[in-house]
Amino acid sequence: MSPKALPYLLLLPATVFLLVFFVYPFAQIAILAFSSESGPTLRHVQTMASHWKFGSALGWTVLLAAVVVPIQLAVALSMASIVTKLKSGRNTVLYIFSIPLGLSDLAAGIVWLAIFEQSGFLNSMLVGLGVVERPILFLSYQNVWVIFLAVVLAEVWRATAIVMVILVSGMGLIPKEYYEAAEVFGASPWKRFLKVTLPMLRPSLQSALILRTLAAFEVFAVVVTLGGSTLPVLMGETFQWQFALQDRNVASAYALVILGISIAATLFFLRVLRVPKGATI
Amino acid sequence: MTAITTETDVPRTVESARSAGKFLFIAAIVLICAWVLVPIYLLLVNTLSSPSEVSGFPKTGIPSFDFGSIQFFLSFAGVLKALWNSLLVAVLTMILSIGIGAPAGYALSRFEFPGKEIFRMLVIMTRAFPLPLLALPLAVFFIRTGLDDTALGLAIVHTVLAIPFAVLITFSLFSGIPIELEEAAWTLGCNRLQAFRKVVLPLVLPGIAASAVFAFTISWNEVFAAAVLTIENRTLPAFLVQSLNVSPLHLKFAGGAAMVIPALIFIFAVRKYLFAMWGIANR
Repeated sequence: MSPKALPYLLLLPATVFLLVFFVYPFAQIAILAFSSESGPTLRHVQTMASHWKFGSALGWTVLLAAVVVPIQLAVALSMASIVTKLKSGRNTVLYIFSIPLGLSDLAAGIVWLAIFEQSGFLNSMLVGLGVVERPILFLSYQNVWVIFLAVVLAEVWRATAIVMVILVSGMGLIPKEYYEAAEVFGASPWKRFLKVTLPMLRPSLQSALILRTLAAFEVFAVVVTLGGSTLPVLMGETFQWQFALQDRNVASAYALVILGISIAATLFFLRVLRVPKGATI
Repeated sequence: MTAITTETDVPRTVESARSAGKFLFIAAIVLICAWVLVPIYLLLVNTLSSPSEVSGFPKTGIPSFDFGSIQFFLSFAGVLKALWNSLLVAVLTMILSIGIGAPAGYALSRFEFPGKEIFRMLVIMTRAFPLPLLALPLAVFFIRTGLDDTALGLAIVHTVLAIPFAVLITFSLFSGIPIELEEAAWTLGCNRLQAFRKVVLPLVLPGIAASAVFAFTISWNEVFAAAVLTIENRTLPAFLVQSLNVSPLHLKFAGGAAMVIPALIFIFAVRKYLFAMWGIANR
């Protein structure tokens, strides 16, 4: 075997696997969304768009991402700054901070259900403190905004850790000399954060934001656990059409919508936080 | 308060400002740790209470160490099978993603060849796509090939989720081992495979194990594709999410704990590698 062929041979399984199970299926989604027995059609897209839940599912999904991601970014930045400043006990704190990394969204939903359900811990606390007389039914269909808030809390609780881990490893790459120079010129800690950390962190911020925004568009199990079908989201509707209504074509049309906003968000962050050529560390 | 501040001289205010800052810093750490840990604690309290306590009110926040909920969960029809399926799919995912991903990681770290960038693009591109959606077209494909409702079929989808990580992590692991070590083995008469087995493999094995655990966790936690692709052979998340409307509270909480506890152990096991993984996954 010639040594030139070796790298290709090693890459072959991964390439074939990704072509068969990643590239081809995504092409298949587009085909499913636009095809019927009698040739190409827009019928499935129309069915999706005219369904009364489509608009609210799209709206809630985008709103959820727009609320959750900035909060996560702010919290993760503070967590990462704390961790990088820490001298003793760094590993313990880091481990605790990154625990939610290993939790699924379903588990997070169930955890927050324990807090928000009618006989849950929040009601126990409120009644115990005498704030309310009887337990409140927080997660009812009349309280969509409370469900929304519970989902936001569960998502911030679960998925901030991943942003933090990316930012911590990004902060580790910033040379100490930059901070020392800034200190010599009398920059306050806050100034140093704004003028050194944030600009130097741009590549990490970019990948963290892309990763999290896309995951936020895929929100599913948390919402189902806490809100049932009261708070419709795109992924939940996709599941409904695929599983309950057994209509793959409309489900694929939904999948295309999620894919579309995901690509739009990726391009947006690539453009807004682009790293100038030659400016990398 | 005002009297004290007027009395203090300048150096002392600086000092007290510093200690106030330090106090705030520690308070923030404690607060964030509580924010992470308290909800998990509350879930465990519910799991370790009897079914009647779980739906009772008000709650004390202290577990009664009654195993009624856990017993109910484990004896509930389909739960043990779901646990077994979860384990099976996760192990298959682990084997597939390392078996396919590690050679690619090695090739990326050791060779310069035309087409390298195209492969890197392919791997990075997977992250711009909502991967659980793959379950929709693959459901059709699996019915045609007889892979529908099987552990292997679901493991394939989970492998697509795990492969980018496996490739990037093994790439960074192999890059961390100087090629000179391998070259020294070649000059001492090893061929390429022997050198890899005797020199490189022992050094990267812990890291490979960590990324295997990571692949396991990805599969263990995945809900959407599992719920779409399995009917008879449901995994634990698929089982839980499909029975949410009909299952009593104590079943949900015990199920949640069954998902959380292995995850806690996994994260603890790979904590050393977490940052190596994501530091590289950044690029």
